[in-house]
Amino acid sequence: MSTRTLAVVSAGLSVPSSTRLLADRLTTATTEALRERGLPVTVEVVELRQHARDLADNLLTGFPNEALRGAVDTVVGADGLIAVTPVFSASYSGLFKTFFDVLDKDALTGKPVLLGATAGTARHSLVLEHAMRPLFAYLRSTVAPTAVFAASEDWAGGDAGTPALTGRVQRAAGELADLVAARPPAAPADPFADPTTSFEDLLRGA
Amino acid sequence: MQFGIFTVSDITTDPTTGRTPTEAERLQAVLTIAQKAEEVGLDVFALGEHHNPPFFSSSPTTTLAWIAAKTQKLLLSTSTTLITTNDPVKIAEDYAMLQHLAGGRVDLMMGRGNTGPVYPWFGQDIRNGLELAVENYALLRRLWTEDVVDWQGKHRTPLQGFTSTPRPLDGVPPFVWHGSIRSPQIAEQAAFYGDGFFHNHIFWPPEHTQRMVEFYRRRYEHYGHGAADQAIVGLGGQVFMRKNSQDAVDEFRPYFDNAPVYGHGPSLEDFSRETPLTVGSPQQVIERTLGFRDYVGDYQRQLFLIDHAGLPLKTVLEQLDILGEEVVPVLREEFAALKPAHVPDAPTHASRVAAAGGAKDSTVHAEGDSVTGRTVETATR
Repeated sequence: MSTRTLAVVSAGLSVPSSTRLLADRLTTATTEALRERGLPVTVEVVELRQHARDLADNLLTGFPNEALRGAVDTVVGADGLIAVTPVFSASYSGLFKTFFDVLDKDALTGKPVLLGATAGTARHSLVLEHAMRPLFAYLRSTVAPTAVFAASEDWAGGDAGTPALTGRVQRAAGELADLVAARPPAAPADPFADPTTSFEDLLRGA
Repeated sequence: MQFGIFTVSDITTDPTTGRTPTEAERLQAVLTIAQKAEEVGLDVFALGEHHNPPFFSSSPTTTLAWIAAKTQKLLLSTSTTLITTNDPVKIAEDYAMLQHLAGGRVDLMMGRGNTGPVYPWFGQDIRNGLELAVENYALLRRLWTEDVVDWQGKHRTPLQGFTSTPRPLDGVPPFVWHGSIRSPQIAEQAAFYGDGFFHNHIFWPPEHTQRMVEFYRRRYEHYGHGAADQAIVGLGGQVFMRKNSQDAVDEFRPYFDNAPVYGHGPSLEDFSRETPLTVGSPQQVIERTLGFRDYVGDYQRQLFLIDHAGLPLKTVLEQLDILGEEVVPVLREEFAALKPAHVPDAPTHASRVAAAGGAKDSTVHAEGDSVTGRTVETATR
């Protein structure tokens, strides 16, 4: 079976960050789930903190600089994406949003995506459903049904009323692995390939 | 190879003095810059078209006609002519008129324009940008090459028995370039017609220009206009020069840091590395410019942006002196020595008239079309 690539976008700001911690848990579980399905995996992690200035530059210049270009190509070319953000002011962080703002609007169409978010309290957990899921719906990605939220308390086993973080991570990873396994390996479209519509047709259509 | 300058006609505050020129001052400055371009031996002056502040150049043919009257050799062009929101009938009329006034020293660069509100201001929709570029340009070509045009399309009132006057000078329309930063469809359009392709080559990394030009060349050959390396390519570029490169960097930095497009973003050093911007000595500009050929092949036209971001007129004129005295003569010689014989020069009115088998009077007299014998009356009957 051909190797699949998994891109991981983490928007945590502190080093180490609980956002990256959650991203790593999701990545490990997804890698394991794909291996169980007979698919070897290559993982590429994009820490947005390292691209904070690159992203601001991209907003102004309209193109990603060399450092950011590598991160963009990694995410756009991957077979699956794990995207994790801290909750800032009732939503994903501005840094997280900026990364997805500078991608072409069609760049993530159909891409299997697993969403994750972190915050100090579980009262922010619906950010996954009210902010993150609509963003990826707009981008026409295929989002795994389970999105994983980790509050501070989850790192100590969570409260008694909810399944442990590990269980949610496993379920989400299995869903992402199913989505990735169901698709052929990613082959990005080449905008400079010979056009499939002739210019004569364009003229007639005009 | 042709060398020249292109301007966007921005009225920008000089960040070193805090002073903003008036429209009248800036407009006069651009006229002075154009005349200076001829004086220092450049070949081309290209003027942008915009319909919103901080730009003044809404009526390029008026400005270019004035410059034509004040110059003898300078080739006048546009950067760009809005093929989407201008009526193609007015473009046909205006630029044929300019072509006569300038004795053939005119070509055009078509662009779609990226200022959203300009489309609705001119009754169009930016979502139709590509479609407008295709339809309007197809009509423009017919208006220049056919004496009496019957036409019906999607974005403009139909025409019955319409003759665009004046007819192109000597029966040969101005050469057309198509400019696009990132749309392969526009490179395809240029290739389809065998027109020129111009890449702005200022704001984006050179790899991007390279891919666009490669695509255009490949498609030019596909459509049977010649070999890929015979396609007609133009590039932009942005330079600032002083004798000592550190002086150039120190003087240009505040203009860069506050420039309307990329200011307050990447550093001058980062942007110089990522894009073709060259700030330094004349020798550095020569070396960088010669390097463009490594990724686009032998090309026909090089235009420099030298007058934006609030740079004072005196400085711009000094830049023109350096270009004319130290940079362009060397580039001319070096590029010419590298260019194989089968690669053509940029088309001019003279070369296009010669290719058409000589000049012909194309006047359409009121009695009718010399080919079909049709008149306005018979065509609409």
